[in-house]
Amino acid sequence: MSRANSLTQRDLLGVEGLNPDSVAEILDLSETYVALNRDAQKKSDVLRGRTLILLFFETSTRTRTSFELAGKRLGADVINISVASSAIKKGETLIDTAMTLNAMHPDVIVVRHPDAGAVRLLANHVNCAVINAGDGSHEHPTQALLDALTIRRHKGKLGGLRVAICGDIMHSRVARSNILLLSMMGSQVRLVAPPTLLPTAIERMGAEVFYDMRKGLADCDIIMMLRLQAERMQGTFVPSTREYFRYFGLDEGKLGSARPDALIMHPGPMNRGVEIDSVVADDITRSAILEQVELGLAVRQACLDMLGTEKSPGGV
Amino acid sequence: MSRTAYTNARLLDPASGLDAKGALLTEGTEIVDLGPGLFPDGVPDGIKTVDCAGHCLAPGLVDMHVHLREPGHEHKETIASGGLSALAGGVTSLCSMPNTDPVIDNVGLIEFVQRRAREAKGAKVYPFAALTKGLGGKQLTEFGMLAEAGAVAFTDDGLPVADSQVMRRALSYAKTFGLMISQHAEDLSLSGCGCMAEGEVATRLGLAGIPDISETVVVERDIRLVELTGGRYHVAHISTAEAVDCVRRAKTRGLRVTCEAAPHHFALTDIDVGDYRTFAKMAPPLRSEENRAAIVEGLKDGTIDAIATDHAPHDQESKRLPMAHAANGIVGLETLLPLSLELYHCGHLTLLDLLRRLTLAPAELLNLPGGRLAKGAPADLVLFDPDRPWVVDTSKFRSMSKNSPFDGRPVQGRALRTIVDGRALFTLDG
Repeated sequence: MSRANSLTQRDLLGVEGLNPDSVAEILDLSETYVALNRDAQKKSDVLRGRTLILLFFETSTRTRTSFELAGKRLGADVINISVASSAIKKGETLIDTAMTLNAMHPDVIVVRHPDAGAVRLLANHVNCAVINAGDGSHEHPTQALLDALTIRRHKGKLGGLRVAICGDIMHSRVARSNILLLSMMGSQVRLVAPPTLLPTAIERMGAEVFYDMRKGLADCDIIMMLRLQAERMQGTFVPSTREYFRYFGLDEGKLGSARPDALIMHPGPMNRGVEIDSVVADDITRSAILEQVELGLAVRQACLDMLGTEKSPGGV
Repeated sequence: MSRTAYTNARLLDPASGLDAKGALLTEGTEIVDLGPGLFPDGVPDGIKTVDCAGHCLAPGLVDMHVHLREPGHEHKETIASGGLSALAGGVTSLCSMPNTDPVIDNVGLIEFVQRRAREAKGAKVYPFAALTKGLGGKQLTEFGMLAEAGAVAFTDDGLPVADSQVMRRALSYAKTFGLMISQHAEDLSLSGCGCMAEGEVATRLGLAGIPDISETVVVERDIRLVELTGGRYHVAHISTAEAVDCVRRAKTRGLRVTCEAAPHHFALTDIDVGDYRTFAKMAPPLRSEENRAAIVEGLKDGTIDAIATDHAPHDQESKRLPMAHAANGIVGLETLLPLSLELYHCGHLTLLDLLRRLTLAPAELLNLPGGRLAKGAPADLVLFDPDRPWVVDTSKFRSMSKNSPFDGRPVQGRALRTIVDGRALFTLDG
């Protein structure tokens, strides 16, 4: 069976390639899985007999668990391959790995890789659907989709909102996917970060840049915080953790310039006291951080449903 | 000695400004006569005649920047295969870069390259020697002895000379022998882990970028050192508007500063990286349209002295990788002429001005014997049709490597016959 869907591509490699209709369709389908996941009986059999391979070249807890659970709840056979146990360590090239896995006739491969473009390279050498679970600083489409679902549930819409994305924009695939998706849906995206954490010409992607967090958050409906990775804090991109928190960490004071009903989001894992204050992160009236995790599972079920039930072309 | 007459040719010689219908006579390895009035009564008996059918006969192209990969990486290119690739592109003389394995940093290795080139009987090979031992950036090589053995210039190409003191001493010491220092101008700390030009395309692709400034700061510093030392300095594969401007100003001030540009830097931009095309990855990277236009401008006003390919062969395995891990470089010898002719077809340069940058200019920079049509000059010639349309097909390249972003590109202009020392070593479809 193949569910009619408006995804023109076999793969989900990025938000680039989606359109407003396909986003709405994925989110609508996700809603049915949100409901199913809250039932006592969570199993579905849409992917029964299908094989899902999770190929992670980078460590991941929440994304990998989310995809694994999504696959299992849909009835698929799920295989986990992580870099520590893979032939990559033995010198196998990415393309050889792709062709080897392809010979086992999987239906979907979910890939995370530290290099931008690596997931597309792999997708070019397999017959099954490929979902990008994050490639370098390029894209992380299911994260942007789950963020969109979170926003839509809270604000009732994805357009006409003012969204601030704050933190390490330069190294963030989450930021890029969210800029693309939210701009496409008609929202206004602002980026708040010191210039050292902003890539050149990012404003050409349709976002407005702020170095002053209070100004950047002014009248915002949504605040998305990004994680600052430890190796970037030690004096090369920002001088210190405490200086970063003072000017770019989300606390009650800076939050005051956003709209009173502004929603606080974070893709996780959080560095409490670095980019976000615990009081703010744990405020259940404002923070959607745990809800993002729940909705992430539903979004991944929807994506697997739409792509994994396509009839795979035969042969290797 | 055998004599050959090339009749019915359009003779093109940038040195004398000759652009006329005429004939050219070679005897043995030399040009012995040429001109519009040669053979008014037909070619005498006993002279082999080649009817050029009105096509262009020019000095063989001189490519001053080629990586031959031998010794060390003979699966990518050898001195022999590179020499054949050169001939197919109309190149009769090329300069080999020293970043092989082992590095060409001693007299024995210079002699090795020359011997392999003689055995191969392809294009003439004039080796550059390493500027520092093992390209280590610290200890100067024996400039004098290497030059005596046949090294025509010195460079750590592939790696920049970062240490200002080493660069100062190199420029200064090379004056002893009047030698040229060529620099791969790049500040590696500014380039970081970048794998394409910094800018909108890199940002969208999520790739770390190499900023223009990483070239400019090195060129600026080096020009200051030239001012101090009076050395002879050459910027290899110049790629940014700012660096071209630095060279332009240095020339105005009378400093001995020259530079070369590669065809991909005036034919392509960072947009051609497209969806992570590793065949469009090279150092320096493809840059913005503003930079590309500045390279064209530099060629037009003479700031950029020469066009050189930076021919950099790589096997498939070095390129079928994520962008960040793919090797730098593209092959260029067999696309040099048609890509350069785009400048002529677009009206940027006259045919003679273009040929100057492909022949006379590099030959003069390095004191090579070729590069001109003149009595007594070596009979290194290229016969080409500047208009012939064809489509680049890398599978037909003579080079052992096929890593070219120009595969499938419709181009105009092709070498029909390449003559080295009076002998036709390449004939198209023959």
